[in-house]
Amino acid sequence: MSETASSSTAITGAEIFCRSLQAEGVDVVFGYPGGAVLHIYDALYRQDKVSHVLVRHEQGAVHAAEGYAKSSDKPGVALVTSGPGATNAITGIADAYMDSVPLVVFTGQVPTSLIGNDAFQEVDTVGITRPCVKHNFLVKDVKDLATTIKKAFYVATTGRPGPVVVDIPKDVTAASCEFEYPESIHMRSYNPTSGGYTGQIDKAVDLILSAKQPMIYTGGGVILGKGSEALTEFTRKLGYPITNTLMGLGGYPSSDKQFLGMLGMHGTYEANMAMHHADVLIAIGARFDDRVTGNIEKFCPHAKIVHVDVDPSSISKNVKVDVPIVGEVEPVLRALIKALDAANAKPDPEALDAWWKQIREWQSQDCLKYDRDSELIKPQYVVQKFWELTQGEAFVTSDVGQHQMWAAQFYGFDKPNRWINSGGLGTMGVGLPFAMGVQFAHPDATVGCITGEASIQMCIQELSTCYQYQLPIKILNLNNRYLGMVRQWQEFFYQGRYAMSYMDALPDFVKLAEAYGHVGMRIDQPGDVEGAIKEALAQKERLVFLDFITDQSENVYPMIPAGAGQNEMILV
Amino acid sequence: MRHIISVLLENESGALSRVAGLFSARGYNIESLTVAPTDDPSLSRMTIVTSGSDEIVEQITKQLNKLVDVIKLLDMTAHPHIEREMALIKVRVGEAADREEVKRLTDIFRGRIIDVTQQTYVIEITGEGSKLDAFLEAVSPFPVLEVVRSGVMGIARGDVALQL
Repeated sequence: MSETASSSTAITGAEIFCRSLQAEGVDVVFGYPGGAVLHIYDALYRQDKVSHVLVRHEQGAVHAAEGYAKSSDKPGVALVTSGPGATNAITGIADAYMDSVPLVVFTGQVPTSLIGNDAFQEVDTVGITRPCVKHNFLVKDVKDLATTIKKAFYVATTGRPGPVVVDIPKDVTAASCEFEYPESIHMRSYNPTSGGYTGQIDKAVDLILSAKQPMIYTGGGVILGKGSEALTEFTRKLGYPITNTLMGLGGYPSSDKQFLGMLGMHGTYEANMAMHHADVLIAIGARFDDRVTGNIEKFCPHAKIVHVDVDPSSISKNVKVDVPIVGEVEPVLRALIKALDAANAKPDPEALDAWWKQIREWQSQDCLKYDRDSELIKPQYVVQKFWELTQGEAFVTSDVGQHQMWAAQFYGFDKPNRWINSGGLGTMGVGLPFAMGVQFAHPDATVGCITGEASIQMCIQELSTCYQYQLPIKILNLNNRYLGMVRQWQEFFYQGRYAMSYMDALPDFVKLAEAYGHVGMRIDQPGDVEGAIKEALAQKERLVFLDFITDQSENVYPMIPAGAGQNEMILV
Repeated sequence: MRHIISVLLENESGALSRVAGLFSARGYNIESLTVAPTDDPSLSRMTIVTSGSDEIVEQITKQLNKLVDVIKLLDMTAHPHIEREMALIKVRVGEAADREEVKRLTDIFRGRIIDVTQQTYVIEITGEGSKLDAFLEAVSPFPVLEVVRSGVMGIARGDVALQL
């Protein structure tokens, strides 16, 4: 009797996969089937709690999962087959690793008996992904499957988040065992930090309050660590100026008067000058990336630095800091606020006044100005109009290049998780699949994909996915017929030798959008920009591809050239 | 500066490649690396000899700690410690005089001859790397056929212990 009972409760690895995902509260998996994952697809087909989105290329699956994760508070999940399925997923995995996106990517693998035999569609997935994952697993026994999946979600979402790959051989998905999903998991080798040490908090507060020319510099960690509210409270309490990195935009309301805009290579003059002249720098959830610091030798020469980060290896990696605080951004900010309230000292009002006066002077440079009377469509104008017409409430994804910088400069993000782009890896092609993931996480929201004619072609096949699932994404294609950022560098640093940066033989994007079942519009007059965006936004059920023919010669300003310091910007 | 870092990590397939991969991906020096399971078979202990500025070594230890398979580590250089390396050396000793001389050198270095043929000795010698270097220098007049070095192992003196 007992024997029958136990055999009747044993389920296959494929079913364990589905049940584990259900237990994790996964509602959608982005994926693409293939031989090694057929058992899993069969099990997915026979349940209805976890839905599956069929992409057109595995790269799109991982980017869509990233978009889902970056715009929500849940990890993204992707499922691909062995061999080419796994290798096609690598770009997305590496992208997620650089930007600390919580992802669990499941890859099929050839049966355990064939591993190492150069079997059909075999690749050493664990080996190939090792340098670009937070962790990875090869499941060799069905009995380990549930626990491994639990570990994967735990590792992906805690501490500094990141992608975790779980490689599952086909025979493991066919084998059966009892299913029990662990409620919690303990890993002796993995203990992410949470709150910061009290001693360090007090030291930081002393330094922060002693500042005459303070600057707050925050990054993607504030968004990942859900620290925006605490950051806003902290910043307003101090009255200090604040800048966000590319990944940190939305972490502090951009419409606030204390906000100086983005910093870095294409950041604002005021943000970079304030960084350069700061005497105390408060870095929160940021990693002193080379695009932010410019020449490291010239970075913040006068500043004592407080650095809050959940990842100890981010601290003093590029820049030596004076008060390191290892911990999650949110609880550390709360502790800092509490300590500020308890402190007797207050920021020096006179010094702060003088500092703000200096900053207002830098701001008067109006470093983001562009020709508003041009007869050509200025890309900045398109972004600005999109921001106005969506009241800054849209979710905006971008690809990589000039349009990305214009989106970052001209779409004012007041809320976190609204700006979805590829900062670390700088992956062209992410914009459209990111937008798909965002739309799945927020079915009723306006999702705009600000892209260029080069980037969009790198994952253009996902227009088909968008049609299948009726995703009403608005694509704003800033079409300047050039690899704009490459062209800009060639103009500035290669005496105008435009090697391979001209995009010849472009498709007719309007017809292309229509061929995929969408609405396409071409706009070549500045006067038509506003109307076209309005019309696109009114098409609530349809994907609209807006092909803006923009000024070919427009460059992204201001700019810190490679090797220069933050105070050595090229202005318009 | 030279550092000896001892690492306790999960004894799982792939753990070694994670460590080795970290060093190559980030361009850290690695002079030697030894690894074997401990008395607890679920754990491996690794000794890494590396060199770099204080900042780089700080990053190395942080990055190692960040690897999910790494449980604990100790930079031996920060503590009084003992380091040992073993070498097995095969020397051609065809002449009786050579055999005499090599035997004498081995005794001086407190090594042991663990294999003898008409033509060859295999010598086992243990000590710090510099002692092994000195011995190799001493036997260099003789034809050395093969040298196998284990890489450095280290352990802290006194109460300091790298354990769970």
